[in-house]
Amino acid sequence: MSAQHTTHVSAHDGHNDYGHHDDGAPHSTFSGYMTGFVLSIILTAIPFWLVMAKVIADRNTAVLVLGAFAVVQILVHMVYFLHMNGKVEGGWTLLSTIFTVVFVAIAIAGTLWVMFHMNTNMMPAHPTVPAEVQQGATPGTPAAPHHGSP
Amino acid sequence: MSDTTLHSGAAAGALAPREYHLAHEPHPESGTALGFWLYLMSDCLIFAALFATYGVLGRSYAAGPTGAQLFDLTLVAINTAFLLLSSITFGFAMLRKQMNDVKGTLLWLGVTGLFGLCFLALELYEFYHLIHQGAGPQRSAFLSAFFTLVGTHGLHVTFGLIWLVVLMVQIGKHGLIPANTRRLMCLSMFWHFLDVVWIGVFTFVYLMGVL
Repeated sequence: MSAQHTTHVSAHDGHNDYGHHDDGAPHSTFSGYMTGFVLSIILTAIPFWLVMAKVIADRNTAVLVLGAFAVVQILVHMVYFLHMNGKVEGGWTLLSTIFTVVFVAIAIAGTLWVMFHMNTNMMPAHPTVPAEVQQGATPGTPAAPHHGSP
Repeated sequence: MSDTTLHSGAAAGALAPREYHLAHEPHPESGTALGFWLYLMSDCLIFAALFATYGVLGRSYAAGPTGAQLFDLTLVAINTAFLLLSSITFGFAMLRKQMNDVKGTLLWLGVTGLFGLCFLALELYEFYHLIHQGAGPQRSAFLSAFFTLVGTHGLHVTFGLIWLVVLMVQIGKHGLIPANTRRLMCLSMFWHFLDVVWIGVFTFVYLMGVL
């Protein structure tokens, strides 16, 4: 880690990218990379095996299990390959990552939530659509355009 | 910062020279790593939008072929292995860099580049095969979303490869000077980040698409 460098770095060195020998990069180790690599192989091989050998019959269970493996493997990559921890860059790297994770989760979950409700509520020739609305529609065109599977 | 330090000569009227310089500064020593990380996080948002699009359109086949009919999981598994291997070989290059071993760094970067090239070649073969079958991006909303998401990732790998080759030339010319080690650190983050995105791609697009 860069802790031993920060103690003796003078104020001038701290702002000179070229004079600084560490560039704020965390010190990586062979054992760290190998741990990450072996864990990644295991966490990749199991989901592929689950799907290719058709181990889980229920689709929803399979999706949850695959998602869990992906999340764990992303964490493994973050820790062992990208050297993520609370100390790098005074914690700002971790903070920006947490912000991005929250943003991505809201964007993806929110999009799926809204769009699938739209799909169910805007199906063409829905039985609950009033008769005058269906009569008012031009013949040959559906009441609501649907871009999905016909 | 050094500007906050009051020297006794400058502050002539002061009773005693007062030091405002803190031993542990609250800001990072070099902002490059943090700045590049913020770029990667913004890149993450692009992929989030593409993943959300694929999530919405991924089952709109327009009476065309489905993911289960099109995807060859063996091919995807080999591709995943290439990218994972390229990640660990980049790690070896970073370890060589720490030992100031120019030749070792270049060797492992070269191996990383070869694995990246294999990944890209296999992905282009898959795209060519799909388009040849009539399952191009125009066929259905599912295939449009698929080609956009996987293609954007492939484009990132392509630019990563160009960066890798340019950086290898620079290291070969100037050695492991501080400017080059800084660039190497950024490319390392970029490369590992692409591997993280690929985890999402093979899980949500290929594995869940075949279910």
